[in-house]
Amino acid sequence: MKHLLDTRDLSLEEAVQVLDTADSMAEVGTREVKKLPALRGRTVVNLFFEDSTRTRISFETAEKRLSADVINFAAKGSSVSKGESLKDTAQTLEAINADAIVIRHPASGAPARLASSGWISSPVINAGDGTHAHPTQALLDAMTLRQHRSRLDGRPTQGSDLRGMRVALVGDVLHSRVARSNVWLLSLLGAHVTLVSPPTLLPVGIEDWPVEVRYSLDEAMAQELDAIMMLRIQRERMHAAFFPSSEEYARLWGLTPERLALLDSRGAETAILHPGPMNRGLEISSAAADSPRSLVLDQVTNGVSVRMSVLYHLMTGPQEQDRIPALQRTS
Amino acid sequence: MSNQKYLIRGANLLGEETADILVADGTIARIGQGIEADGADVVEAQGLVALPGLVDVHTHLREPGREDAETVETGTRAAAAGGYTAVCAMANSNPVADTAGLVEQVWELGRQAGWADVHPIGAVTVGLEGERLSEIGAMADSRAAVRMFSDDGKCVHNAVLMRRALEYVKTFDGVVAQHAQEPLLTDGAQMNEGSVSADLGLAGWPAVAEEAIIARDVLLAQHVGSRVHICHVSTQGSVEIIRWAKQRGVDVTAEVTPHHLLLTDESVRSYDPVYKVNPPLRTREDVEALRDAVADGTIDVVGTDHAPHPVEAKECEWACAAMGMTGLETALSIVQQTLVETGRIGWGDVARIMSTEPARIARIDDQGRPLAEGEPANIVLVDPAAHRVVEPEKHQSKGRNSPYRSLEIPGAVQATFFKGHPTVLDGHINTPRALVAQAD
Ligand SMILES: [Zn+2]
Repeated sequence: MKHLLDTRDLSLEEAVQVLDTADSMAEVGTREVKKLPALRGRTVVNLFFEDSTRTRISFETAEKRLSADVINFAAKGSSVSKGESLKDTAQTLEAINADAIVIRHPASGAPARLASSGWISSPVINAGDGTHAHPTQALLDAMTLRQHRSRLDGRPTQGSDLRGMRVALVGDVLHSRVARSNVWLLSLLGAHVTLVSPPTLLPVGIEDWPVEVRYSLDEAMAQELDAIMMLRIQRERMHAAFFPSSEEYARLWGLTPERLALLDSRGAETAILHPGPMNRGLEISSAAADSPRSLVLDQVTNGVSVRMSVLYHLMTGPQEQDRIPALQRTS
Repeated sequence: MSNQKYLIRGANLLGEETADILVADGTIARIGQGIEADGADVVEAQGLVALPGLVDVHTHLREPGREDAETVETGTRAAAAGGYTAVCAMANSNPVADTAGLVEQVWELGRQAGWADVHPIGAVTVGLEGERLSEIGAMADSRAAVRMFSDDGKCVHNAVLMRRALEYVKTFDGVVAQHAQEPLLTDGAQMNEGSVSADLGLAGWPAVAEEAIIARDVLLAQHVGSRVHICHVSTQGSVEIIRWAKQRGVDVTAEVTPHHLLLTDESVRSYDPVYKVNPPLRTREDVEALRDAVADGTIDVVGTDHAPHPVEAKECEWACAAMGMTGLETALSIVQQTLVETGRIGWGDVARIMSTEPARIARIDDQGRPLAEGEPANIVLVDPAAHRVVEPEKHQSKGRNSPYRSLEIPGAVQATFFKGHPTVLDGHINTPRALVAQAD
C-alpha cells in the first residue's frame, strides 16, 4: 500500500490490519500523554482545495499524535478553474520534501492524478475527492461498526471483519464519496449493504455494485438492520429536480422521529451513523441524531484513530513499526 | 513551376492490383505495368498500398485564436504526415468562422502552407451561439466555397434553428454537420454515463443525449428534404437510429472517429485527461456496434476530430481538463487496426470511408478521386506491414495529446502526394507544395 486513494484498492487483509492498528491508536488517545514518536521528524502536508474544517482537524490531530510536523496548505481560490495549480502545488510540496500528502479536492480523481502523475514521490492520502471516494471516512465507519458489534456480542474487534452485519446507506448516493467508499469497504469486510435512495439520486450503472438497492426507506427498515448510515443531502439538489422539496425528502427518506420510534418499539439494536455535518430536520431528525443509537461522536473519535493508522502504515516500514510496542502484533 | 515527375513503382492499388503510377504536372499521367522512369524520380512501392489522398471532414486547426495549440501550417503538416491531402477545418476558432472574410483567411492560410487543401467549415450560427444564422450564403460564395456548416463543439439544439439551417443550405447544395449533444442532459458531464462513471464519481454523459438529437435531426432532414451529416457518432443507439433513417431514405451521412473505434470508457479509470473527449469514450458494446456500422455502410466516413491542446490543458485534474485528442497522424493506423485487421473492410473500403465519401459529403470535387489516369495526383502510400510505437513528441502537430502514446499500432504512411508533390517521402515529412506551382 503506497497510497490510500480508494477503499476499492484495499485487500481484506490490509483493511483489517488498518482497523486493528486504529484500535491500538485509539488506546493512545485515552492516555494522559496522547502521543507516539512514530513520525518524529517527518512532514505531513494537509493540502485542502476544498473547505473541510472537520476532516482537516481530524487529520491534523492524527498527525500530531504521531509527532509529525504538520503543514496546512489551504489552496482556496486556486480552484478547479485554474487547473495547473494542482501540478504546481504538487511540485512545490515535492521541493520542500513533504513525506506524505493528505489531499482534499473538489474534483473526482485529483488524488489519483497526484499519485500517478510523477509530479511527486511521497504517499498520497485521499481526504475526499469530488463525488468519488473518501476512504478514511469509510474506514472510520467500519471501525465504528466493528465496535458496535463487539458491544452487542462481546467478540473482540481485533482481527475481525463485518461478516453478517446488515447496513443501510440512505440518501444521496449519486453525489456521495462517502457512500462509494463505504460500498467497497463494507462489502469487502463481508457486510450486507443496502442503498436506499430516491431513483434520481442513484447513479446509473450500479448493477455490478455488491449492494441491494431500495427506493423505500420504510421497506429497508422493515428488515433487521445493524446500522443505518444517513448521507448528507444538499438542499440545493431540489432545484435540479432531484426531489420536489426538502419537506418531501425528509418525509420519504429522512430518519424522522416516527421512524426512530419504530426502531425503539421493535427493540432493534440498530445504530445510527452520519458522516457529518448533519442537516437536522432534513435527512436526520434531532431526535435521531441525539438518541442513544447515534454513534456520530464515536465516528469523530474513530476518525482520528483511523487516520493515525493510515499515516502510520503508509509512512513507516516494518522495522519502524516493530519499535512501537503498543502496535506489535502477534501475526 | 514544378516539373517534377515521379514514378511510383509496384504499388498495390487499393490492395487489389499491382501497378506503376506515373505522376506528372500534378496529375496521374499513367497507370500501368513496367512504365519507364524516363527522367522521373522513382519511388519504390513494392508492398505498399496506394490509396487516394485522405480527406478529413473534421479537423480542428485552431487558427485563428489558439495558435499555441495548432496553426494551419502545423495542422496541415500533421495531415500530410497522416496521409491526408485535404482537411475540413472546423469553425470553432476565435473568432469563429462565421463570416466570408474569416473562412477566406483560413482557406488562404492553407494555400500558403501547401501541405494539404484546407476547406473551412462555416459556423451555422453567429459565434456558435445558437441564436442567429451566420453568413451562410456569403461563406458559400466566397473563395473558400464553403459547403459544410457546423457549430461543432456545440450542438445546434434549437429545433427551429436547425430546421431553418437544413433548409437554407440547400441553396448551395450544402450540408449541416451536427454535433449531437443535448445540452441540458449533458450539463457538467465528464464521461460516458454508465458503470464506469458510477464508480469514478464523474458526472455522466448519457448516450441518450446524443441519440435524441440524432433522432430529431434525421426526422427534420426528412421533413424538409435536406442533407444532414452527423459528426462523431459514438453510441450503439445512434447507429441504430441512423440505420433506420437510411432505410427510410433520409439523406443522412454519419462519421465516426478513430478513437471511438478503438478506446472505451474503461481508460478513464486512470483519470488521465488524455482520454477526455467530446463525445466521450463509450463502452465495448458501442465500439463493436460502430465497427459493424462502418462495415455495413451505416457510417459513411471516418473523421479524425483532431483536437490538439497545449500540454497544460491536459496536465490537471480531469474536471478542468480540455476535451479532445489529436488524430491526424494516427487515424489510418487505427482504421487498419480496428477495421481492416478485424476483417470488416478491405483497402478499397478504406479509400471510400477516408477519401471518396468525405470529399463527396463536403462537396470537394478535386479530392477523393479514383486512382486513374488524368485524375489529380493525390495519393497516399501506406506500408500495412509496418508497426510503430506512438510517440506524440515526434508528431508534426503541436498537440501532444494523443491517446495512443506508447501503444504499438500497425501501418505507416510512406509517402503522400499532394497534387503531384510529395509532402511525405520515404516515411518522412518532406516539403510543402510551392504556392507558385498551384493552378488553382
Ligand atoms: Zn464535435
